[in-house]
Amino acid sequence: MPDADLEARLRGLARGERGVVAACLNDVEDERPAARARDRALQRALVASGASERAHRVGVTGPPGVGKSSLVAALARALRSGDARASPRTVGVVAVDPSSVLSGGALLGDRVRIAVGPEDAGLFIRSLATRGALGGLARAVPDLVLVLAAAFDVVIVETVGVGQSETDVRDLVDTLVFVVQPGAGDTLQHLKAGIMEVPDMFVVNKSDAGAVAAETRAELVAALESLRRAGVVREAPIVLPTSSRHGAGVLDLVAALDAHRDAARATGELGRTRATRSVARGVRDFSRRYGELGVERAGGGDAVRAAIAGALARGDDVASAVEQSCPFGDERLVRS
Amino acid sequence: MTGSETGVPYSPSMASRSRPWLMRTYAGHSTPEASNALFRQNLAKGQTGLSVAFDLPTQTGYDPDHPLAAGEVGKVGVPVAHLGDMRALFAEIPLDKMNTSMTINATAPWLLALYVALAEERGTDSSALAGTTQNDLVKEFLSRGTFIFPPAASLHLAADVVTYAVDALPAWNPTNVCSYHLQEAGATPAEELAFALLTACSVLDAVKARAPEDAEKLARVVGRISFFVNAGIRFVEEMCKLRAFTRLWDRLTRERYGIADPKARLFRYGVQVNSLGLTAAQPENNVVRIVLEMLAVVLSKGARARAVQLPAWNEALGLPRPIDQQWSLRAQQIMAFETDLLEYDDLFDGSPVVEAKVAFLEAEAMREIEHVLGLGGVLRAIESGYMKERLVASNAARVRRIEAGEQIVVGVNRFTETEPSPLLHGDLLTILRVDPAVEAQANARLRAWKGARDASKVRDALLALKRAAMDGTNVMPPSIAAAKAGVTTGEWGTALREVLGEYRAPTGLGGGPPAAAVGASAAAREGIDELRADVRALGKELGRPVKLLVGKPGLDGHSNGAEQIALAARDAGFEVVYEGIRLTPSRIAASALEEGVHLVGLSVLSGSHLELVPEVVRALSGSGIPVVVGGIIPKEDEARLLALGVARVFTPRDYEMARILRELVRVIRDAARDAPPSSEGHAGR
Repeated sequence: MPDADLEARLRGLARGERGVVAACLNDVEDERPAARARDRALQRALVASGASERAHRVGVTGPPGVGKSSLVAALARALRSGDARASPRTVGVVAVDPSSVLSGGALLGDRVRIAVGPEDAGLFIRSLATRGALGGLARAVPDLVLVLAAAFDVVIVETVGVGQSETDVRDLVDTLVFVVQPGAGDTLQHLKAGIMEVPDMFVVNKSDAGAVAAETRAELVAALESLRRAGVVREAPIVLPTSSRHGAGVLDLVAALDAHRDAARATGELGRTRATRSVARGVRDFSRRYGELGVERAGGGDAVRAAIAGALARGDDVASAVEQSCPFGDERLVRS
Repeated sequence: MTGSETGVPYSPSMASRSRPWLMRTYAGHSTPEASNALFRQNLAKGQTGLSVAFDLPTQTGYDPDHPLAAGEVGKVGVPVAHLGDMRALFAEIPLDKMNTSMTINATAPWLLALYVALAEERGTDSSALAGTTQNDLVKEFLSRGTFIFPPAASLHLAADVVTYAVDALPAWNPTNVCSYHLQEAGATPAEELAFALLTACSVLDAVKARAPEDAEKLARVVGRISFFVNAGIRFVEEMCKLRAFTRLWDRLTRERYGIADPKARLFRYGVQVNSLGLTAAQPENNVVRIVLEMLAVVLSKGARARAVQLPAWNEALGLPRPIDQQWSLRAQQIMAFETDLLEYDDLFDGSPVVEAKVAFLEAEAMREIEHVLGLGGVLRAIESGYMKERLVASNAARVRRIEAGEQIVVGVNRFTETEPSPLLHGDLLTILRVDPAVEAQANARLRAWKGARDASKVRDALLALKRAAMDGTNVMPPSIAAAKAGVTTGEWGTALREVLGEYRAPTGLGGGPPAAAVGASAAAREGIDELRADVRALGKELGRPVKLLVGKPGLDGHSNGAEQIALAARDAGFEVVYEGIRLTPSRIAASALEEGVHLVGLSVLSGSHLELVPEVVRALSGSGIPVVVGGIIPKEDEARLLALGVARVFTPRDYEMARILRELVRVIRDAARDAPPSSEGHAGR
């Protein structure tokens, strides 16, 4: 891609121009060589310029049917309008819906809940389907997040959290919110068994359900507290009640998200965590792409990790870092 | 439940002839003056009541100058923005001698307030006002789409109209519970029975909650609830459905609400027979369908309609003209006055065949009623999307049956050979066209009206209205005062939107029932496999999965077509973005860009396609995203839309989902070929 075009794209992204953001996202998803080349050039430029570092990246995940989309809609609305504490912010959303196993098709209907003014250029939503990708997340999501992060103040990644995908989305965002609904006994079991230490905060949505909601919240708080005592986490994540139906608790959630981001920034932890998570993502991409054999031939997991960390530290984007760490020829490697 | 009144059931005589039902035509368009002329013309032809069609801005609480009203003013009905419009609409029509049915829902309190204000200003005794406000919000959420406020607030306002009217307007039917639109949305007879009766119960529950001790008032409300029913082509089953309705209503009001007076428990209903089954192909056949459907609601005296309105034969083509409406009115008059139908008592009492079918429908409906009550009632079942999903699934099954040829539609999937129809000679002449100038006229009237009012009175009236909405006191008295102060429809809507909020409904696609093309006959399944392979191949060519946006621009809430195409496209392997109803063209274009879709499919049924579609095309120009349109679109408009850059136009003639989807694949492929890949997505900023 000619430098002038790349420059124009970077400028358009910085201004949050709808057409430019859309074109960049289309390239991220596009598997054709020309688009891959444009995307890779952009991704490298984004990493090199640090253009995507400013935005706060938030993940919203949880089982199907807990009202994630409504919550994201309420969250986006609250961020757009701002309040006494914070000025209005621009928001980019990536919503990942499951694909039909049968047809590969998908209904991406969640936009319906996000009722904002038609001319609001400060809210941008891209939905996509899982397309059967491992870990529940589509291949493209990490790059989509970086593009949106260059254009908007807050990037929200909404995914259906079942199985492995929480750990995937974990590595893409600064703050991960796990949403449950009242009376979700099964979910709690699942959380305890697996991923409870992963999210930064929990939301009990549909909190207008009364006693059941309070019970679920108490149960969750107790479980998290025991994790802390067991030393699994340093601090027990907070648990917030919300009701996207009545908008209750949404401003509290915004405040909690901001506090989490500010704390990480103040300690310098934000940069370190993002780096660590990029390495983790690179390692996972490496083993998905080259398999166990590839890891073995690269000298084992630790060697792969070290190679990727080194490449990232030199300012490479994740995809380049993965390719460079590959000890044998990558036939899919694309140079622009 | 009727028995023989004469005691000599088999000897017909003119003396015992039943009174004919009220005969109406759903009418109104362009301007209040034009609609008034049409009303008086229809009355002169022997029509015995009025049925007012309002335009979509009036139905959704917008003035004609609102951005969302663009292209919709005067289209599917008459615009009424203030008391001045109401005066013109009913000029020289004595309100105390008229029976006026208004198809109005979210803004029912407002339109009734304007009607009452007009009566009071004319010195008409309001206890003599007879007629109906449709005022059924449940079916708006499920099918018709002209809701404004969230479900709970909507039901509250509906109850305001009911409780006000039973005291102040004793001859008024304050709510007309609609099963009509449920059938249009695909409901089976049992679902139609269940959902309509549940709706009525939600009204009664709301009234009861306001005055738990007032049993006398509850009985009066029960006595004033009327129903608006649909009748389809399977007329024996439909007749049985209506008998089941009368029995279930009698039972529910007696058992659930303790109404002792059998007269108050009578199931009173009006009918508009089915429009869903009317075809654009060989449209002359529709006359026969309409008459057969009428049989279902007039044939048995025990479950006969109180009021009948018939659609016109050319409804699937566009807005009917006066001659088309006259033809339908004459059909009613022939049935009532030429045939011997009204000379007999109920023809089916005691028939074991009919009895068994009625009992079956009753049991099915009761099961569904109990299920929804178990879910927490109608309000919950709307909010959770349960009822909507049921309807979408049933409609998908219906479309599938027609595509597979299991349900025969003459002239469409069987017996398609035809002579050229003389009725269609010059397609442009066979429908009514609304002059696009009416929108500018309406805006000029609005400006003049606003200029002539006392601004401080308007402000006070709106404040009083908002206060009532906030306190939960009845909005009817402040609405009537506001009507007299010169408040406009848009101002009324805005004031209440500010207090009660605005609602966007679940699309009903969440559960994702199998759509039309899937699960059909082996041959159809083979077709879908081929289509899926082609969609996948196209995705490879484009570098990413094929994505399309289904959009409904404007105020038209009839979303069945959009929903069915969205489901079918998903099942064919498309990624489908569907945002629901009531979107501006610029919003649709913005979403299409954000989502990076390969095609935009628009659905417009309100006749506003020439205004709304070019807007979307313009907003997307340079983006390389092709636009296709589906809807009730006359042939000549089709040519104009194509000339404006629309890639394809689909009409009710195109009923086969798989064929439509194959066309979409072709359109996307052509667009990709025209636009070199390097420029993809660059334009359209």
